[in-house]
Amino acid sequence: MEKISIRIDDQDILAQKGATILEVALANKIYIPHLCYHPDLKPAGSCRVCLVELENGQLVTSCRTPVKDGMIIKTSSPEIDKVRRPVVEMIIANHHMDCKNCAKKGQCGLQRIMAYMKIDKKRIQQTLRLPEVELPFDESNPFFIRDHNKCVLCGICVRTCQEIARVSAIDFAGRGNNTRIAAFGDKPITQSKCVSCGECVIRCPVGALVVRNIGRPEREFKSICPYCGVGCGIYLGIKDNEIVSVRGDSENAVNNGNLCVKGRFGMGFVHSTDRLKTPLIRQGRGKGNPPSPPFSKGGQGGFVEVSWDEALTFVARKLKKYKGDEIAVIASTKCTNEENYIAQKFARVVMGSNNIDTSVRLCYSPMIAPLRDIGIWVGCDSPAEDSEISSDLLRQNLEQIEQAACILVTGANITLSYPVLGLKIKKAVESGARLLVISPHENELCRIADIWLQPYPGTDLALLMGMCNVIVEGALYDDAFVEMYCNNFEEFRESLDDFPLGRVERITGISRDLIEESARIYAGNKPGAIFWGTGITQSAHGTDNVYALANLSILTANIKYSRALNPLLGQNNALGACDMGCLPNYFPGYQPVDSKDAQVKFRSLWGRELNPEPGLTLTEILDATLEGKIKALYIIGSNLASNIAPFKKVHAALKKAKFVVSQDMFLNETAKYAHVILPAASFAEKTGTFINTEGRVQRIQKALKAIGDSRPDWEILCELAKRLKSEGFEFENTEDILSKLLEAIKDVPEVKRRFSFFPLKYRPPEEATDIDYPLILTTERDFSGDGVMSEKVEGLKGLRMKDFIYINPKDAADFEIEDGEPIRVISRHGAIESGARLRGTTPAGLVVMNLEGEKVNKLLNPVLDEESKTPEMKMCAIRIEKMKTLKKK
Amino acid sequence: MEEELLEDILASFKGKRYELVPILQEVQDNLGYLPEKAMLDIARFVGVPESHVYSVASFYAQFRLLPLGRKRVAVCRGTACHIRGAPQILSTIVKTIDLKEGETSDDLEYTLETVACIGCCALAPCIRINREVSGDMTPEKAKGLFLVKEGGEDVE
Repeated sequence: MEKISIRIDDQDILAQKGATILEVALANKIYIPHLCYHPDLKPAGSCRVCLVELENGQLVTSCRTPVKDGMIIKTSSPEIDKVRRPVVEMIIANHHMDCKNCAKKGQCGLQRIMAYMKIDKKRIQQTLRLPEVELPFDESNPFFIRDHNKCVLCGICVRTCQEIARVSAIDFAGRGNNTRIAAFGDKPITQSKCVSCGECVIRCPVGALVVRNIGRPEREFKSICPYCGVGCGIYLGIKDNEIVSVRGDSENAVNNGNLCVKGRFGMGFVHSTDRLKTPLIRQGRGKGNPPSPPFSKGGQGGFVEVSWDEALTFVARKLKKYKGDEIAVIASTKCTNEENYIAQKFARVVMGSNNIDTSVRLCYSPMIAPLRDIGIWVGCDSPAEDSEISSDLLRQNLEQIEQAACILVTGANITLSYPVLGLKIKKAVESGARLLVISPHENELCRIADIWLQPYPGTDLALLMGMCNVIVEGALYDDAFVEMYCNNFEEFRESLDDFPLGRVERITGISRDLIEESARIYAGNKPGAIFWGTGITQSAHGTDNVYALANLSILTANIKYSRALNPLLGQNNALGACDMGCLPNYFPGYQPVDSKDAQVKFRSLWGRELNPEPGLTLTEILDATLEGKIKALYIIGSNLASNIAPFKKVHAALKKAKFVVSQDMFLNETAKYAHVILPAASFAEKTGTFINTEGRVQRIQKALKAIGDSRPDWEILCELAKRLKSEGFEFENTEDILSKLLEAIKDVPEVKRRFSFFPLKYRPPEEATDIDYPLILTTERDFSGDGVMSEKVEGLKGLRMKDFIYINPKDAADFEIEDGEPIRVISRHGAIESGARLRGTTPAGLVVMNLEGEKVNKLLNPVLDEESKTPEMKMCAIRIEKMKTLKKK
Repeated sequence: MEEELLEDILASFKGKRYELVPILQEVQDNLGYLPEKAMLDIARFVGVPESHVYSVASFYAQFRLLPLGRKRVAVCRGTACHIRGAPQILSTIVKTIDLKEGETSDDLEYTLETVACIGCCALAPCIRINREVSGDMTPEKAKGLFLVKEGGEDVE
C-alpha cells in the first residue's frame, strides 16, 4: 500500500493511503475525541465530536475524511473548541452522570472526552436544562442491562447489530428530544429478534449497555469455545481461579473476534454448583435410582464419596472381569483429541475391544463413508496458527467461506445452531455469493436466499439427484474434469433416468422451474460450497443423502475446492473424536481396523496384538447390552439415557448392563444407572486440541485449577490403564500424547486422485403419515442451546424459548387448537405433552418441535441408516390432541 | 378483515425498500393507525428489519401506532388561542372526557390532541372535532360538545 506523509499537530506521519484522519491519528497514539466511531464499523460521522481543523481553517469530521498527501491537521484549536464544546456539553446534559457508580467507570468514552476537554460537569448541570424524566432500565436480558439514561445515541449498537451481528434487532426510534434506541415496538430486548450475542454491549462507549456480573480478569488464557463445532477462538479472563470474562479472539480466522451468546455468556457451567467434585461409588443395590447429594451419608441412590485411589482400584478390579467384546467404551465429542486418542487406545489395547463409538453415531456418521469414498479424508486439516502440529496434520489450506460464489445449505438452521458461521454466510451473500437453501420450514437464511427450496421432509435425495439431472442434461457439468478425474460417469448418468423432473416434482413438491434454476445457479457459480446438517444425516437414508451431495459437487468440479463439502458438526470436537479413531471400524486417521497394513502398523506402535474384527456402533452396542452380550459400559462425557431413541430400550439396556462407569462433569440421566461416577475436568481446566467442523486443529490452554477433585479424562484413563497393568499409558502431559497420536495418523495411505460418482435410488422416508398420524414432526434448536452445558447456565435457560411445538395456523384450526394451548403429541411409539405455538412460517402438515431435554426421543423408534447405523431422528409421524378432551375421557 | 385489507394494499406495491413510507401511509389511511402486526408484515414485504419499520413509523408525526378515536379532538394552542383561554378549554375537555393529551379512550370514542395552530385565529380560542372547527370557545361551550365520560367530571 502506498504511503503518504501528513502532519498532525507538528508531528510528521507516514500514513496509509485511504485511511481516515482519525484512524491515522489513533494508530500514532494521537487522541482525537470521538464517540460514534468504532474501528470495526463503517464511520457514521454523526456525533460531530471528532472534528479537526485543516490548513485552510475548514473543520471536518476526522472519522470520515481520508488523509491526503501533505495534509496539515490540527486536533485542537479555539475554532474546534467553539464548535465541539457545546456539542459535548449537550450530550453530557442528557447523560446520567453518576460516574462513581457506573460499571463503565474508567473505560467510558464520554469520561475520556470530558477529561480531555476539561469540562466541568457541575457547571453543566447548573446551566443546562437536564432531562425531566428518568427512563426505566431494560433488565429483561439475563446477560446485560440497557440503561437509556446513559445512552449518547452514538448509534454504535445499532450499526453493530446491522453490520456485525446482521440481525438489526434495534434502531433509532422517535425523534428530537425523544430519540432513543429501541427494539420493535419499544419492547424489552428479549422480546425482539435480539440473539443476545453481546456484540453491541462490548462496543458501547458508555454505560448504556453493560454486561452483568463481569469482573476484571487478572490474566487471560487463549482457548476455544467448547459449545458447537464452529470452534470460535476465545480468551478466558481469570480471577481467583474463576472465569470472570470471555472475549472473542480477533486474530482467530474462524470467528474474527465474533461470538454468539453461548460463547460469550455461557461459560458459567464450569463453575456450576452441580459439578461433580469427588468420585462416587454405588453402595446400595437400587440401580435406576437417581444419585443425589449428600453423598457422605450414602445419598438417596446409595452413592458414597470415595478417594480417587479407591475409585480407580474398584473400577480396575471390576473391569478385569470383562474381556474383549464384553465391554464397550463410549467416548465423548466434548473431549480433546488427546483424550479421545487415549479413550480408543484404552478400549483397544487395555480391554481388547473395538466397541468404541461416540454420539457422532447419532447425528453425523453418515458422512464418513461417502467422504472417504470420494477421497476426502475427513478432518485433520492444517491448523490455523499452530505451525508445529500443522506439518503432520497437513492436508490442504482452508479457503475462507467468504470466497464461495455459491452456497448451498441443506438440513441445517445455521443462524440458530451455528451463529458465527451464520454471520460468515450472510457476509458472503452480502458480497455477492448466490445462496440456495433447502429446508422444509422457513429459517433466517431462507429470507436472504436466491432460492428457497421447500421439499417435503425426507425427499432431499430426489431433489439433489433432480438437480444433477438438470446439470447433466443441460451439459452444465465440467466435462474436462469428469473425463480426467472421475470414475463411472456413464453408470451415474443412467441412474439419473430415475429422476426425470416430473417425478422429482411430484416427490418433493417443488416446481421444476425452481429445481432447474437452482441447478443452474449451483453449476454456474464457482466455487460452490455445500453445508449440511442433521437434516441430511439423521435419516434412514443419511449416507445416500451425503452421496447425493457429493455427486452434485463432483459433477460441477466444485470438489476441487477445499470448502466444497462442509458437514456441520454440532459438538466442538465431534470431528476430532472421529479422526482420533473413536469409531468401531477405524483406527486413528481412518485406518480400517480390518486392514492388514493398519493392523501391522498399530501392533508395532502399541506393542500388543489387536482385535482385527470391527466393533459395534453405539446403536448396536445398546442392542448387544440388552441381549447381554456386552456386560460393561464405560461412558465418557455422554448422556446416552436421554440422547438416544427408542427411549425405553436405551433405559432397559443401561439397567441390564452389569457394570457401568459414568465419567462426566455432571450427574446426568445416565448416571442413574452407573456403578461408579468419576468427576471429569472441564475444557478450561486442561490442555489439548480440538478439531472444528472445518477441520482446523486448535489448542486450548489450562486456565483454571481443576474444580474439586475432578481430573482431565486422559489422566483418569491413563491411571486406570496402569492399574490394569497395561503399558503405553505413561504420559506426563497432553503434549506427549499429541506427539504419539501424530505418529499414529502419519503415513496414512495416499489420498485417492480420482473421484467416483454414486448411482442412487430414491426411497420414500421410512416414517409415513396415515389417517391416524397425519402430521410430520421435525425438530429445530434454539440459539441459546439446550445441552448438558447450557442447561447449567441460568441465563441461557432463561433465554430459551420454552418448550413449544410450532404448528401452522391451518392445521391448528383443523385440530381446534389455539395459540399457547397445552397439547398432547402422539406418535406410533409414545406421547409427550407440550404447548402449541401457531406460526405461519411452518408449512401445513409439518409440526416443528424445539428439542428440550431430548423429549422428542420419547416419540421415536427410529429406523437405522444401513451403512452408518445412524437413526432417523428428524421425522416422525404424529397426531396432536387437545389436553382438555383428554381430561374428559 | 384487517388482514385482507393489508394483503390488498401490499399487493398494489412491489416490495421495494423505497416504498416503505408510501405503504405505511396507505395502511394508516385504511386502518386509521399502524397496528404492530401490520408493521411486521410490511417489514417482511419490503425486506427491511422490523426495527427499521418501527424507527420510521415512530419518527414521523403523521404515523400513529395506536388506534384513533372516532372523534378526533384537536385543541388549538396557538398564540391567539392561548391568550384567549385555550389552557382553560383544554383542561375542561381533559376533565370532561377523562383523557390526557395524546390519549385515546378505551371505547375508541375520543382521541385528544393539541395542535399549534388550526389557522383561524380570528375565531380564537377554537377546537376541531374531526373536520369541524368550532370557534369562540368557552369552557361551557366546550363541555356541551361532549358527553360526560365515565370517570370524567361534570365541570362547572
